[in-house]
Amino acid sequence: MNAAEKPVIVADSLIGQRIQKKDAPEKAAGKTRYIQDMVVPGMLHAKILRSARVHARILSIDTSAAKALPGVHVVITAADVPDQQPIGVARDHLPLKGERVRSLRDEIAAVAADSEEIAEAALRLIRVEYEDLPIVAGPEDAIKPGAPLIHPAPLDAEGRPKTLPPKTPVAFAGKADNVAMRFDYTHGDLAAAEAESDVVVEDTFQLHYVTHCCMGVSGVIAEFDASGNLLMYSNTQVPFLHKREFAEYLDIDPARVRIIQPPIGGGFGSKLDIYPFEVICIFLARAAKRPVKMVFTREEEFLASPTRQPVLLTLRSGCRKDGTLTFRQVHTLHDNGAYTSWGATTPFVMMQTFSSLYRVPACDYHTTVVYTNNPYAGSFRGYGNLQATFAIEQHMDMLAEKIGMDPLDFRLKNAQDAGEVTGQGMTFKSCGFKECLTTAAERSDYRRKHADNIANRNARGPVKRGIGIASMLHVGGGAKIYPSDGCGTILKLDDFANVTLITGASEIGQGSETVLSQLVCEELGLPISAVTVVNNDTAITPWDVGVHASRTTFIAGNSAIGAARMAKAKILAAAARKHDCDEASLDLRGGFVVKADSGEAVVELARLMRSLHFSDKAELVMTTFYYEPPSVHQDKGFKGDVSAAYAWATQVVEVEVDTDTGIVKMTKVTGTHDVGRVLNRLGLEGQIEGGVVMGQGYALTENLIVENGVTRNPNFRDYKLVTAPEIPEMDISFVESMDGEGPRGAKGVGEAPSICIAAAAANAIYNATGVRIFGLPFTPEAVYRALRGVTSKPHWQAWKPE
Amino acid sequence: MKNRDITLHINGEECRLNVAVNRTLLEVLRDQLGMTETKYGCGTGECGACTVLLEDGKAINSCLTLAATMDGKRITTAAGLSDFGRVNHIQQAFIDEAAIQCGYCTPGMVLKTASLLATNRDPSDEEIRHALEGNICRCTGYEKIVKAVRKAARTMPAPAACGAETCTEVAQ
Repeated sequence: MNAAEKPVIVADSLIGQRIQKKDAPEKAAGKTRYIQDMVVPGMLHAKILRSARVHARILSIDTSAAKALPGVHVVITAADVPDQQPIGVARDHLPLKGERVRSLRDEIAAVAADSEEIAEAALRLIRVEYEDLPIVAGPEDAIKPGAPLIHPAPLDAEGRPKTLPPKTPVAFAGKADNVAMRFDYTHGDLAAAEAESDVVVEDTFQLHYVTHCCMGVSGVIAEFDASGNLLMYSNTQVPFLHKREFAEYLDIDPARVRIIQPPIGGGFGSKLDIYPFEVICIFLARAAKRPVKMVFTREEEFLASPTRQPVLLTLRSGCRKDGTLTFRQVHTLHDNGAYTSWGATTPFVMMQTFSSLYRVPACDYHTTVVYTNNPYAGSFRGYGNLQATFAIEQHMDMLAEKIGMDPLDFRLKNAQDAGEVTGQGMTFKSCGFKECLTTAAERSDYRRKHADNIANRNARGPVKRGIGIASMLHVGGGAKIYPSDGCGTILKLDDFANVTLITGASEIGQGSETVLSQLVCEELGLPISAVTVVNNDTAITPWDVGVHASRTTFIAGNSAIGAARMAKAKILAAAARKHDCDEASLDLRGGFVVKADSGEAVVELARLMRSLHFSDKAELVMTTFYYEPPSVHQDKGFKGDVSAAYAWATQVVEVEVDTDTGIVKMTKVTGTHDVGRVLNRLGLEGQIEGGVVMGQGYALTENLIVENGVTRNPNFRDYKLVTAPEIPEMDISFVESMDGEGPRGAKGVGEAPSICIAAAAANAIYNATGVRIFGLPFTPEAVYRALRGVTSKPHWQAWKPE
Repeated sequence: MKNRDITLHINGEECRLNVAVNRTLLEVLRDQLGMTETKYGCGTGECGACTVLLEDGKAINSCLTLAATMDGKRITTAAGLSDFGRVNHIQQAFIDEAAIQCGYCTPGMVLKTASLLATNRDPSDEEIRHALEGNICRCTGYEKIVKAVRKAARTMPAPAACGAETCTEVAQ
């Protein structure tokens, strides 16, 4: 390139633009191969026999007829896998149940056969004899004196509790009561704060079962190579944690476990734990010496994939006449189901909302998680925060009304600001909460409509309009729960200046590939098309803790930026050497190394890359970076700055309540989110809109009906997801608080949009009708009954085990 | 189980098949022909992930349709909408409007859109939402899908311009 030809490259930023999703063309054309679509040569098809009883002793299992069926390769029961280890958060769950079933989803036997039909036919030939045990149908039953124990301690020959070595897992050692976990948190002087209160309210809130309903059902393919190394094609959101855990269960070196994630048909938190079907599929592959594929039916997905945890929550809140919050006291009872998964640990998040969404001088929080014979609860987008926010934000309205203060002013008076360190030790370095409140209120004309609706309550006509507000606080910079909350990146540039971004972060539809590419391109001055993302193979990608806690953009984004900045430094140093200039005067822009001040091109990046590569002192640009956020683990009292940043949002929900029928129509949602900074506007809007509608389902239509341990509606006809005609008008806006630690200022947003909708809807229904409803969902029947005063208000007396 | 010989014309190609009479069209497409662009979502006609198009532009749930009853029929799947290296205008609209997240419902959504546009070149938002009623998406909240359908209607080539005789051909 001679001087006369040197173009001037204008600086151009991808940040805040509307960037199309990188994987969208494949998905639009139907070419994306999900686990359901994958075929491995020689693979068998597997099915699981689940319990026919809710709670029973297993007396015998006869698999002989199933084994004799032509086309059946392997049938296994607990007796065939004496080496099986308990899985799950509390190690209380054996994948195959040999002695006792504790819920209808329980796995008793599994078959691998030439086809799914043969495997299903074989299941029908397995005979199981049961002896029924009394059913613990709900959490309140579980804590009654003399309640049947779900995990009783094993007895010796004389009927006395067996003496077992310390730290024996619950699955072997049992439990003396039905309490799976407890969480107790406190800050401030509760008694003093209550004494200072002019107004105190106390109510019990009842939160129901819902489930993820990923469009792609659960599935896995397991195979072993000749040396006994395990390869799994898995939908998991946490491949590196799985790698370690599967190795532990198989008692092999983790290096011998490789997990490949095909594109995932939705996650929403459902794929954060290890589940029995995955372990069972491994056992089948080991026994069959063939690859084995197991994919759920939709009914099975409803029955045997995790749920959001049902919660009974009694909240006591107080404030002074001037609108200053004084205290909160919370007792919750969580229905764990029969086994412990992540649902049990949602109090980690719930207590953050109680202690720190608003400034509150004293907070006392207690959760008891109890075993029942119900489906067991996992993690689900929002992780307890929907339940907590539902209670808090109703109380905010109720307190405001009692002291005669405008509900928005009351919130603004108690809302957090940047710089605040909360009672729980969270430090809000960036905080756009008040701006979220005022923006959402202004855009929705909240104050005027709120007053008008109250005035119109007694107007003629059955349809009443309501408007309700609710806000949320959620981790936005990862969550330090595991020993590391980090993510690694390997970045390489080829001889055409194309980038391969190898990241630990998984794509589950949320658009991580695109936003990470965007962040890399921003550093390297390249178009988004220059990046190929590799993100789905534990043998290639660097470690990452997994897709959860709205952490990927923040953590993986900072990791990708770190690797890109190292590459940039290397490139600019090489360019400075070759072109005899100061590297500090150079920049990367539009595919060129340019002079930073003038934009004048120095050399085309691709040409520079080739000259580095194909020279005597050949050199490639490859960098690695591991980002660990500057957050800390909580102490034993659950205190500590657990996230590097915190996300905020306010949502205003408008409804029309037909008081004749009880039908609640959600007409509009105005959401303002403090996202730190908008990176990919298109992807961000999509996350928020999807989350809003998921929140709408939680509030109005979705209800996994579990009666005496039996799931009554395991299908889309009776489990009512929101469909296209029902969605509200959505007005989504963003507050850019430019978080100092965030990638280009951004914070996590994945879970945020689902969190406030039910709480805001409850306030909107009250605004419309003057009737407050304390339980979800707001189905026509529930609302109809509540409007006519025939609903008994939920009541739960706080209970603590001795 | 009895078998039957049938001929299906899938995405313009003739397929002679011997199918068990209890096999659904979804199973035959996926398991017998390896056409995995047609998705299993529920198997009971409640989610629309398995939508395929018939020649009259009608969209059906292939999970509720026995393959043996489809002898001689012309069927379009999501793969039949795109050419080598080029997606069609509906698929492009879904890409442009970010109407795709996990993508599992997308082939069904795209085909349902084609079906709508085959009979209604300029649908209102209400008509679009109503047309998509039988297709579940858990990721996007539908808003961007509705926008994509609107854009697809706007960008649909005129029948004369592409030599097609009918709207159905254009939409497909």
